Amino acid sequence: MAVVTIERKVLQKNDEIAQQNRELFQKNGIFVINLVSSPGSGKTSLLERTLEHLKGKVRIAVVEGDVQTDLDAQRVAKLGVPVVQIVTNGGCHLEAKLVQDALSNIDVANVDLLVIENVGNLVCPAGYDLGESMKVVIASTTEGDDKPLKYPAMFRNASVLIINKTDLVPYVNCNLGELKKNALQINANLRVFETSCTTGAGIPEWSEWLRGKTKRT
Amino acid sequence: MHELSIAESIVDIIGDSLARNGGGRVRSVKVRIGELSGVVPESVDFCFKAITAGTSLDGSTLEIEKTHIVALCDDCGKESSVEGLVFRCPKCGGANIKVISGNELQVVEIELDE
Ligand SMILES: Nc1nc2c(ncn2[C@@H]2O[C@H](COP(=O)(O)OP(=O)(O)O)[C@@H](O)[C@H]2O)c(=O)[nH]1
Ligand SMILES: [Mg+2]
Ligand SMILES: [Zn+2]
Repeated sequence: MAVVTIERKVLQKNDEIAQQNRELFQKNGIFVINLVSSPGSGKTSLLERTLEHLKGKVRIAVVEGDVQTDLDAQRVAKLGVPVVQIVTNGGCHLEAKLVQDALSNIDVANVDLLVIENVGNLVCPAGYDLGESMKVVIASTTEGDDKPLKYPAMFRNASVLIINKTDLVPYVNCNLGELKKNALQINANLRVFETSCTTGAGIPEWSEWLRGKTKRT
Repeated sequence: MHELSIAESIVDIIGDSLARNGGGRVRSVKVRIGELSGVVPESVDFCFKAITAGTSLDGSTLEIEKTHIVALCDDCGKESSVEGLVFRCPKCGGANIKVISGNELQVVEIELDE
């Protein structure tokens, strides 16, 4: 009987390509967010609101990841922003290679901020580095306040938490204080914003903070 | 549910290693899966069995070593295990901790039949 030592990361290939993406972003001075949440938390809505707010101030490009359809890309394209749709055909998360391929359709030399909307899923995207500067996780009030405890890897790996649909707080059983407490228990360094894409509350604060992260301030 | 693609990557890594080491029959494969990896060990095992059936890896077993979450405190320098998903240093109460174990998703070694 012989034992062969391997000691290799299962996702090593993905990590290597993510590193190549990261180098490309750094070389071109692009700040990149990987936007993650459950389906329907408001990733595309937040993106639309953010694009409206930052229009003319920051050069933005978008990569949309979906299991099927290019509906989200259509929504974003309406705002006059360059957008590339990735359809994963059943895949439950984006991988670095898919993003790398999408980048060939983006004029990276003329972008300050790249937003990657990941596939709606709080589990799988946590493990796949895309080369982003940071992960931004959205939890909406309709999902209840226990999500951080159920999906700790995602909240641990994210740098920003956006609590969306605050306009619905009066109608749902979601205690904002409890939600924040649970999230900070998993990751005390999370930067938290509260938004409503319906009323626009909190959008300027979040957008300006994001703008401050880009080189063009 | 991406355990299927994880199992496929494990099979690829085994194939690479066999190609480099002159082949052989794989009796077992040791993998390390962290509690915070977002991967369900039982599903990986199920998927591995499913995709290796009828291949040269048919009958090889996955030996899964599960690792717990361990953190190192930036404030007091102490190492401790993270219990009940409370990511705070139990020694000094600080929240500036780095997870040093628990994210693993690795192929550790393979055992070959003579
Ligand atoms: N009431 C309310 N609805 C919202 C808000 N944000 C998004 N929605 C709605 O939630 C649904 C899903 O939003 P979408 O942006 O497509 O979510 P995604 O799947 O995460 O991209 C849509 O019907 C949105 O209009 C919000 O802040 N308040
Ligand atoms: Mg969407
Ligand atoms: Zn400490």
